[in-house]
Amino acid sequence: MRFGARPALAFIALAALATACGVPQDSGAPSRSTAACGPYARYGEHPGTKVTVYAENRDREADLFEETWADFADCTGIEVQYEGDGEFEARIQLRVDGGSAPDVAFFPQPGLLEHFAQAGRLKPVSAGVEALAKQGWSADWNSYATVNGTLYGTPLVANVKSFVWYSPTFFRERGLSVPRTWSELMAVTEKVAASGVKPWCAGIESAEATGWPVTDWIEDVLLRQQGTDVYDRWVAHEIPFNDPRVIKAMDTVGSILKNDRYANGGFGPARSIASISFQEAGTPVLSGDCAMHRQASFYADLWPHGTEIGPDKDVFAFLLPGDDPAGRPVLGGGVFTAAFADRPEVRAFQEYLASADFANARMRKGPFVSAIRGVDPANAATPVDRLAIQLLQDPRTQFRFDGSDLMPASVGAGTFWKGAVDWVGGAGTRQVADSVEQSWPSH
Amino acid sequence: MNGVRERLASRAFTSAAVVIAVLWTIPTLGLLLSSFRPEEEIKTTGWWQVFGSPRLTLDNYREVLSGGANSSGRLAEYFVNSVVITLPSVLFPLVLAFFAAYALAWIDFRGRDALVVGIFALQIVPLQMALVPLLKLFSQGWLFLPAWNLTGPARFGQVWFAHTVFSLPFAVFLLHNFLAGLPRDVIEAARVDGASHGTLLLRIGLPLARPALVTFAIIQFIWVWNDLLVALTLSGGTAETAPMTVRLASMAGTYGNEWQRLTAGAFVAAFVPLLVFFSLRRHFARGLLAGSVKG
Repeated sequence: MRFGARPALAFIALAALATACGVPQDSGAPSRSTAACGPYARYGEHPGTKVTVYAENRDREADLFEETWADFADCTGIEVQYEGDGEFEARIQLRVDGGSAPDVAFFPQPGLLEHFAQAGRLKPVSAGVEALAKQGWSADWNSYATVNGTLYGTPLVANVKSFVWYSPTFFRERGLSVPRTWSELMAVTEKVAASGVKPWCAGIESAEATGWPVTDWIEDVLLRQQGTDVYDRWVAHEIPFNDPRVIKAMDTVGSILKNDRYANGGFGPARSIASISFQEAGTPVLSGDCAMHRQASFYADLWPHGTEIGPDKDVFAFLLPGDDPAGRPVLGGGVFTAAFADRPEVRAFQEYLASADFANARMRKGPFVSAIRGVDPANAATPVDRLAIQLLQDPRTQFRFDGSDLMPASVGAGTFWKGAVDWVGGAGTRQVADSVEQSWPSH
Repeated sequence: MNGVRERLASRAFTSAAVVIAVLWTIPTLGLLLSSFRPEEEIKTTGWWQVFGSPRLTLDNYREVLSGGANSSGRLAEYFVNSVVITLPSVLFPLVLAFFAAYALAWIDFRGRDALVVGIFALQIVPLQMALVPLLKLFSQGWLFLPAWNLTGPARFGQVWFAHTVFSLPFAVFLLHNFLAGLPRDVIEAARVDGASHGTLLLRIGLPLARPALVTFAIIQFIWVWNDLLVALTLSGGTAETAPMTVRLASMAGTYGNEWQRLTAGAFVAAFVPLLVFFSLRRHFARGLLAGSVKG
């Protein structure tokens, strides 16, 4: 075989090389003393068992999760096998249909969890987890994982979406102060615009999910203008999508995002919002080409490496204000855990995830926000996480879940996103709202 | 034939081909240059800026291959998995299809033509459609077939199986057409001399079919090496069994903010297919015409 020898040799050499530098990582976990295992005694011993976890968190976030439950795994003997997949939402269906569902999944949307619960695929939580859920989270939070009166999961991650990122230096140099009401916000906007800098920057490109940052904007403003009641009824479709109050909220957002004087700082005309990725949309804040960027708490991870976050650092965030300076309307999102199996080791792992111990341990590892009551804001990795947790724990806070995640998927993850893109691109508010209303599933 | 060849060799055609080749390669060149630039420059300026202010670094490659902190690449660990997945996924269909193609081309039996057409038609079945049934076969069994229920490294078997099954129709089709086109006299003469099927297959079929075999091997190698869908669905997605493509897909982070790693990652992943292609290029060009109409 003359032709095969050379590549075969090259192959063997490469494989040997890769093996040589690839293998030594897994040397087995160091054994721990029994004293460190004290907090995990309540989860029992399950030697030789395995729990598979499937979620969309990848890379660093996946590592932080794995580091957090490493002690739990060592002490209980449960091997936790984590798999992160960027196509989680599409592939979870495939895996469940194919009979190889994971033991535990982290659902980024309550709608998806509900879908599998309705189909009878998810296992209701154990009595122990239910007790922890009641004790740990508000009734609102638990309701997102409740289907037909049965609790199927617990909240894992919370995202506060109503943040406006800004540069404290930029504000200080121009004598601006953090606005506490909507009219103060518009005054700041106008003052910055008058100085020749476009005050807002935004970007909505996000692959197949392009458009979602604008839907968050609209929901946030609706929540502030009309209150929680109208917001809830709008999400539940008890009032139409194109209700005059929603149109008003959209026009308010449009007066910022569709206004060439106010947007898109650092990038160009307002229309450029449609083509800027949400990951890079906030970077002009650092260079002073843009004053404010409305994006969720997780944006803390997306600033370029080395950016310091804090009230007197490179960037910080304030809560998007409403008309009432005392009000705390907060739009947010969350990730929920639910199980496709009810083996004892899966139950034990679910109980651990539902405990405040897990949330506190995870926060000490890196950026993370949980809405659980027992979490200590002092453990937060960044000042923004601390602010987010304080907001979530503040009794004055009126938390509402991201509406597009609660609407039917064909709207909330479909026509609403697409409509938002058309709207930013120049389509009229009424026209877009009407077409989203028409696309609402009729049953 | 000669006229065509002369016209293609003319100066105009040559320069057109060069222009197309250059245009075609520019994005790849940009990616290559980007992979040597520091992260903040990749994210703020275009790759052509490298000519103005060259600040080159190997940081991206270091991060992608071994990773200092736990959050970065570690592609090296997954490289072995890619090799373990790819080699059998090329060899199994190659051997099976060669036997099948020999039988379909040189052994006369009833229903042979219908079988060839049937195998040819199987290429229509899209891979995506078969994923759920395949998963069910592995997890629950089918008819008399038991469930596989594989865990750990044994899951490589699922991936090998899927790649072998999906590539067989094309492999049989390609090799059959090539073998059927060989001069019949050679085979007849060997038969008269008393050669068995085994001898015919190894002594005559194998040397003659070499270009077609190499062509298929290269196509299949590159396909399997670059495959993400089958790997994600069947390999289990953990460092134990997942190939490089799975790791590459997740390396940019949950929010895709670490995409500068993909520049270096792409070239690390492309290195082996390029090596295979260039070392077998001579056979590949000859085999490209395998199974096509003879001129």
